[in-house]
Amino acid sequence: MDENRRSFLKRIGLAAAAAGCGFPLLGAAGKAVEGYLEVPSTPGKQWGMVIDVEKCLREEVRRACTEACRRAHNVPQIPDPEHEIKWIWSESYQKAFPEEDHRYLAQSLRDKPVLVLCNHCTHPACVKVCPTEATFKRASDGIVMMDMHRCIGCRYCMAACPYGARSFNWQDPRPYLDGAHLSSYPTRTKGVVEKCTFCAERLAVGLEPACVEAARKVPGGQDALVFGDLTDANSPVSRLLRQKVAICRRPALGTGPNVFYIV
Amino acid sequence: MLEKALRGTARYWLLLAFWTLIILAGAAAYYRQWNQGLGITGMSRDVTWGLYIAQFTFLVGVAASAVMVVIPYYLHHDKNFGPMVILGEFLAVSAVIMCMLFVFVDLGQPRRVLNVLLHPSPHSVMFWDVVVLSGYLLLNLVIGTVTLDSERKGAAPPRWVKPLVYLSIPWAVSIHTVTAFLYAGLSARPFWMTPLLAPRFLASAFASGPSLLIILALIVRKTTRFDPGRGAIQKLATIVTYAMVINLFFVLVEVFTAFYSGIPEHRESLEYLFVGLDGKTLLVPWMWACELLTVGCVGLLLWPASRRNDGLLAVVCVGVIAAVWIEKGLGLVVAGFVPSPLGQITQYRPSGPEMLIALGVYALGFFILTVLYKIVVSVREGGGPAPIAAGDCPNIREAKMGLSPSVRPNSEPVLGT
Repeated sequence: MDENRRSFLKRIGLAAAAAGCGFPLLGAAGKAVEGYLEVPSTPGKQWGMVIDVEKCLREEVRRACTEACRRAHNVPQIPDPEHEIKWIWSESYQKAFPEEDHRYLAQSLRDKPVLVLCNHCTHPACVKVCPTEATFKRASDGIVMMDMHRCIGCRYCMAACPYGARSFNWQDPRPYLDGAHLSSYPTRTKGVVEKCTFCAERLAVGLEPACVEAARKVPGGQDALVFGDLTDANSPVSRLLRQKVAICRRPALGTGPNVFYIV
Repeated sequence: MLEKALRGTARYWLLLAFWTLIILAGAAAYYRQWNQGLGITGMSRDVTWGLYIAQFTFLVGVAASAVMVVIPYYLHHDKNFGPMVILGEFLAVSAVIMCMLFVFVDLGQPRRVLNVLLHPSPHSVMFWDVVVLSGYLLLNLVIGTVTLDSERKGAAPPRWVKPLVYLSIPWAVSIHTVTAFLYAGLSARPFWMTPLLAPRFLASAFASGPSLLIILALIVRKTTRFDPGRGAIQKLATIVTYAMVINLFFVLVEVFTAFYSGIPEHRESLEYLFVGLDGKTLLVPWMWACELLTVGCVGLLLWPASRRNDGLLAVVCVGVIAAVWIEKGLGLVVAGFVPSPLGQITQYRPSGPEMLIALGVYALGFFILTVLYKIVVSVREGGGPAPIAAGDCPNIREAKMGLSPSVRPNSEPVLGT
């Protein structure tokens, strides 16, 4: 019975396509809207993160973060660096903070690995350019979200992001996932852009982002990554930013990053 | 009127068959891209736009350049442009269609393309680009077909066309300005972030588009009984000269600012284009070829004797198109991504299927252009003199038809009165 109905619907679809009208396209687009409404909201005002570069110098700390993220969000491991998907990864200090670079910057500092991720900017360039609002800044908590059902894959956001924080699925990512360790997070399809979401789905159930939690569990990784509400003066991030000198990536561009670094 | 496209010589059908062959090859390559994703192109994490978006940028210029025949004819009442104006409008139609297709084949999720209309986002320049491009397509299609149809019936075009014609002039400027704003508003890409980008785009557009139009007019003159007129071709050559000189000036202005200020992020993309960065020099020979062509063409265009020689003019026009194509259709888009915001220098080389898809889109555009021009030629060549409408003098009709050997100087174009 179901089979009959499906083939009947298929035939209807084909007929519509043959008629040369855009209804099948409208159908595909309509489905995308539903996906967006399912994303749960979280209770913060503007989530932010403070990363202690010194505490992240140990490779185990950084690897714990990137691996926890990979597992939590089914981020594929693609060997070709030109097609890689990255949510949180390590860059050298020089590349993460090009404006801080100068001739007499100690080589040891210049090459120091720094964890980088989406900055969930206050004025995100990616959101401004997106022609479908597939990427948007959530008013409730300041997270720059991605609706991967609405994204048309034009990659305008990737041209606009000054942090290289966005990745495009140049191919079907599923063959590059470890089938034995899949989480409940939806896998993606080819042709859409993805990035860090500050673990919106974990925040919604009262958990910290996966990378923050993973770093804490590594010996010496205590407070390597600190997460909280930047609008709350008593949150751990706000307290830390009052006590220490922190920098952020490319502040001159006016994007207003919400990820800070203690160097 | 479309029936005129259905009857033609063997040569016409052969040309259409040739375009169809390339379209089919492109379609086959696109089928692969549809199934496997954009990974089969040469684009990458760092160079996220390539050949497709670059062709789109180049062709927006070709489309906008129709205004260079519309302005002299409708605003300056230059009757020389009478026979030519429809060729410009139909070139714009096929160029805009190619633009839209190039954006479409660049999408990772082409089935969702209507999301742009379902979720209109006025904060995105891309939304506005879709608006201005569709509007421009519609304007030129309506103006072109309605005026041609009236001409076929020997009547003056309906009055309501005139405001549309006037509207199409700023609209042409808008399509290339908005396309430049796609790039110029991105703080992450210092190479594009220059207020000069829109003026530069317009200057190079008004050089390359009229050049293409000159070549097409020469081909039409050689292969059919319809002569778009030497006067219009020569005036277009003057327009190409001015536009190419201004374009060269703009490029030099950019080079000065980047290198005199010495700011690395403004310098590096230009260095990548002209000398290479970190030993990566893929585009260097292309860019020097582009500059040599530019300087050579400007020299020949400024020298009246070479400009007035139709054969040499055709060669110069090919040179201008090639120079602008390298500049916009190759260098400008790719260099914006090199180096990446994280300092990566990733080279981009279009893949085989990617080039086939691009060729297929061009072939589709030229297929449409061939059909549209065939209709124009059939109307102009066709039958005896049609009845003449009130207010329309015979000599104007002859001038518009492009069949009259000489045009009397005091006649005015139909819409200009």
